[in-house]
Amino acid sequence: MSVLPTLATIAQEAGEAGLTAAELKNNSAATGAGLAYGLAAIGPGIGIGYLVGQSVQAMARQPEAAGTVRTTMFLGIAFTEALALIGFVVFILLKFA
Amino acid sequence: MFGLEYPSIQLLVEWPEFFAEGSWYGFNKITLINVLAVLLTAGIFVFGNKGALVPRGVRNLAEASVDFLDKGVLQQAIGHGGEKYLPYVAAIFFYVFFGNIFEVIPSFQMPGNARMATPLFLGVMTLVFFVAVGLKHQGPKYFYNACFPPGVPKALYLLVAPIEFLSTFLVRPFSLAVRLFANMLAGHILIVTFAVLTAALWGLSLSLIIVPFSFGMLVAMIGFEIMVSFLQAYVFAILAAVYIGGAMHPEH
Repeated sequence: MSVLPTLATIAQEAGEAGLTAAELKNNSAATGAGLAYGLAAIGPGIGIGYLVGQSVQAMARQPEAAGTVRTTMFLGIAFTEALALIGFVVFILLKFA
Repeated sequence: MFGLEYPSIQLLVEWPEFFAEGSWYGFNKITLINVLAVLLTAGIFVFGNKGALVPRGVRNLAEASVDFLDKGVLQQAIGHGGEKYLPYVAAIFFYVFFGNIFEVIPSFQMPGNARMATPLFLGVMTLVFFVAVGLKHQGPKYFYNACFPPGVPKALYLLVAPIEFLSTFLVRPFSLAVRLFANMLAGHILIVTFAVLTAALWGLSLSLIIVPFSFGMLVAMIGFEIMVSFLQAYVFAILAAVYIGGAMHPEH
């Protein structure tokens, strides 16, 4: 037995369970959508956490540079967050389009 | 479970036209929000312009926000000489903010920027604007400077130039648009989720225990979305300023 069931065995099992092709498509789209968003959130989560942590440290060490650090921090967040948001758009497209 | 029935995505973001259904001048809630956002932005520019020794009302708001945009966005992102582009950045900021804030205004409850058309238009407009600024400050050499950053070994330009071209002229407007759109749509869906949950749990025997939590989350989410609508307007303005600043001076 292989660890990853092939598409054929999934289809066979689905047929035995009485699922139609459309239902099967919906189910796998929902699974894929959840995976797409969940995986896309990992990297930006780590990235934004690290970024904001370092910015807070910078602001605490050098309060007079807080304005510049804050602006740059928001810029960095905007770029990092874009990946998670593209994941969210993929989720919407898979689930609803 | 609990008789919870989640509305379809079409129900959340597609609104029926008030009149003239199907024609090009069809007018629905999104159009109304966009028109209101344009009027409010224009109102800030018109009524904030009335000179007075002691500022009051709209003038106060306009002065505070222009000060914030000048010190917090333009000076940081462009530096000296950026004040010239304050009107564009301020217009973008106010328009995006007013479009977003309708997300939490009762009886609207829909961010105007949660449909892709508005953010995409703003993104493409920003692309046109910063290319125009680049052409004005650097002439036709702007495209060369944008695609061939200095300090890269000659052979690597084969790889770098196409990437720089794509990231400057395609990815920038697209990422501006997607960032605003996805943030607003995600916030809208979050609010709907907790509203639906609260409504579905209402009147069940268990509800006394669970409803306070889901209702509390709903209130907290609304507060969070007010912050997000400001933050997205700020991020859009600051990125537009960074792109304009990048077009003003070639990298060196």
